[in-house]
Amino acid sequence: MAEEVKLFGSWASPYTSRVKVVLKLKGIEYENVEEDLSNKSPLLLKYNPIHKKVPVFLHHGKPIAESLIIIEYIDETWKHNPILPIDPYDRAMARFWAKFIDEKIQPAVWKTLLAGENEREAAIEEAHQLLKTLERELNGKKFFGGESLGFLDVAGNVVVWLEVSQEALGMNLLDKEKFPILHEWCQRVLDDDAFKQVMPPKEKLLAFTRARFEAFLGPK
Amino acid sequence: MGEEVKLFRTWSSSFALRIVWALKIKGIEYETVFEDLSNKSPLLLQYNPVHKKVPILVHNGRPIAESLVILEYIDETWKQAPLLPKDPYERAMARFWAKFGDDKVLTSIWSVFIKQGKEQEEALVATMENLKFLEEEMKGKKFFGGERIGYVDLALGYLANLISIFEEIVGLKIVDEEKLPLLYSWMQDFAEAPIIRDNWPPREKMIVKFQALLDAAIASSSSSS
Repeated sequence: MAEEVKLFGSWASPYTSRVKVVLKLKGIEYENVEEDLSNKSPLLLKYNPIHKKVPVFLHHGKPIAESLIIIEYIDETWKHNPILPIDPYDRAMARFWAKFIDEKIQPAVWKTLLAGENEREAAIEEAHQLLKTLERELNGKKFFGGESLGFLDVAGNVVVWLEVSQEALGMNLLDKEKFPILHEWCQRVLDDDAFKQVMPPKEKLLAFTRARFEAFLGPK
Repeated sequence: MGEEVKLFRTWSSSFALRIVWALKIKGIEYETVFEDLSNKSPLLLQYNPVHKKVPILVHNGRPIAESLVILEYIDETWKQAPLLPKDPYERAMARFWAKFGDDKVLTSIWSVFIKQGKEQEEALVATMENLKFLEEEMKGKKFFGGERIGYVDLALGYLANLISIFEEIVGLKIVDEEKLPLLYSWMQDFAEAPIIRDNWPPREKMIVKFQALLDAAIASSSSSS
């Protein structure tokens, strides 16, 4: 029943997009509620009073926040096409690397954007090392999840979004010469049916990214 | 002997304590390897090359790092005395609160401890907001897990010991019994619960350690101003 499942999100949020990809992969119908993040709805603030962020997932009227937590809930509730691996050790590894992406790679990428002239090179070097560490985890596999998209590929969408949008920021952090394997993986993810249907159009994303960062940093 | 379980920890790590509690609650036999973080062993670096930290759980030779990830692994591998609830929504809530603890509560409380002046005041305000959310969550419950200690209690449990240590060192009240009565009594109940009460690190040693950290922080901030 579609009306029982709602997703509060933003088209420009990769975290929202993670949940959409999983819903698509599992063929779950839902109502999409597009939030204007500069003017958050009373419902969003009611359903996520602590963080006041998207995405928020609503099932049978009960809200869940935090994209990876939402995905684990979806995986446990709709058990077909599992997103997480079956084996507990493999699950631990998927969770470990997803945490690494959110807690190490994302902040490091931000740091390169906000760094002053003096710190930028060191910030870029750090981000590169972290991306290299992630790249090694692919280890000859098509996807982090193996033959098809899994939890870590979905969590890794922020890396894919970086690859797509970095030109709007005047940077080449994910240089395909430096990260050939990660680059190929990005292309495979972008080519995936579910992902393709959920990914915003490139030009729209670039324009948004450009505008957002000019607002943040001043025009480059 | 069936399995080999090893826990790499330090005497004081709050994160490692989570794993000690989980293993003991489930009655899992394990070997402890104490690390000196100023002189990390080759094994630690081999088992956790990404973060080079404790805790690390090694099960039949396979290492897992990150305490909340380890807790979930333990719960999925040894099914007795479950830590997470059965219901998927309750599980999502448990994961949410544990993450909130690590991302927000810990950060704000650490700032109350380590900062001075205006920064400390602001950190105290942020801490009160965060703790109020936890207080709300405690309504009608003895532990965050309900009647029994669960995943969220283990994730937040270090607070039951560390907060009073911080309060003593900086001379500030963080969890006031009148303002946060449910949280206050949870801290007492948790600290004195079986297994938990037998595994706290020595208090005097903790005070010396954290006082030294604070002194160093103050010294470095005044020398750079």
